[in-house]
Amino acid sequence: MDSLHDLGGRQGFGRVNYPDQPHNETWEPVVRALSACALRNHIYNMDEFRHAIERMAPRHYVTAAYYERHLTAVATLLMEKGIVTREELESLAGGSFPLAGPIGPGRLPTAPQSFAVGEIVRVKNEFVPGHVRAPAYIRGKTGVVVGISPSYPFPDAAGHGMEAPTEPTYDIRFCARDLWPDSSDDAMNHVGVFQSYLEKVGANWVSPTCS
Amino acid sequence: MVLRRSGMLTESFVEDFTEHADDAWVTSNGARMVARAWTDPAFRARMLSDGTTAAREMGFDFPEHHRHLMVLENALNIHNVIVRTLCSCTAYTIIGAAPGWYKDLDYHARVVRESRTVLREMGLDLPASTEIRVWDTTADTRYMVLPLQPPATVSWPAEKLATIVTQDSMIGASRLDDVKG
Repeated sequence: MDSLHDLGGRQGFGRVNYPDQPHNETWEPVVRALSACALRNHIYNMDEFRHAIERMAPRHYVTAAYYERHLTAVATLLMEKGIVTREELESLAGGSFPLAGPIGPGRLPTAPQSFAVGEIVRVKNEFVPGHVRAPAYIRGKTGVVVGISPSYPFPDAAGHGMEAPTEPTYDIRFCARDLWPDSSDDAMNHVGVFQSYLEKVGANWVSPTCS
Repeated sequence: MVLRRSGMLTESFVEDFTEHADDAWVTSNGARMVARAWTDPAFRARMLSDGTTAAREMGFDFPEHHRHLMVLENALNIHNVIVRTLCSCTAYTIIGAAPGWYKDLDYHARVVRESRTVLREMGLDLPASTEIRVWDTTADTRYMVLPLQPPATVSWPAEKLATIVTQDSMIGASRLDDVKG
């Protein structure tokens, strides 16, 4: 889904807060452990967890601290899985407890296809309403397969609690100047892309800006 | 509380989990892998071809949803830098819990598009001849950078080398070239 979690390449941001400032919030390890506990008990999987964060209201997402986003996802999923009610959360919190927005339908992978190392491929120009793990900055863009990773569960299904077939992910190398013509630093961008997100391109494609 | 009621959360889980995370998932794991790669060519080859197996060989945890560790080798004219624009994905059992700046939305937004500028702002001014490779962690493959060994440390034993390998250098926010012997 196109929400504010997907920020790669967005402009107007400032200097990275580097190096780290001293930071000691005692509630953060508790959230981290609760999330690990829920994961180990198979209440949800990592894709459902990520999608719950993505479903947060945009204003909440950008203002919440990192572990507040995690807490919101854990609470949302516990409610959706019937382990707690919203009323119970609010009673325990002693006030309102903002949760992520409702979940929509997921989707299954496309028919298997395969790509070879060295092959030129394009990321499909898809606008997926649910969980998807292709960042918007590569949508519709063309790159080269430089590696193949082991098969992983298809996130667009797993993120919605559906049975998720596994499929390979490909290490696709893009040229930064192809992603953002005339408005990026020179670099090669590597992204791990699930097989279903890719389509074939004629072998004659040549990068317009990067040889 | 609701997890405790359901019996899934035992009395000591939070404490035990936090203790394990703080004690076992530390930056020195990755640092020891890097130091060994610098001193043991056969291990280096194994680490570059299959990082997961190399990490397990040294006895380090690898959680179920981190299915593959890929090690990215820096060279004199190649610099790798890692980001995760879509998730909280880090090889935390190997390089330690992600630092705050790595979770910064400014880092997510900018490093993929303005890598050279962002690295310069963070204190790493790379020559124009250096190729920058930005790795976005979007699937279940996890990354770590194998920094270039500082020339001044060539004769050092692995134990001493491990002490100079920082977390930032394994993410790619810094290099170790200037470490003095």
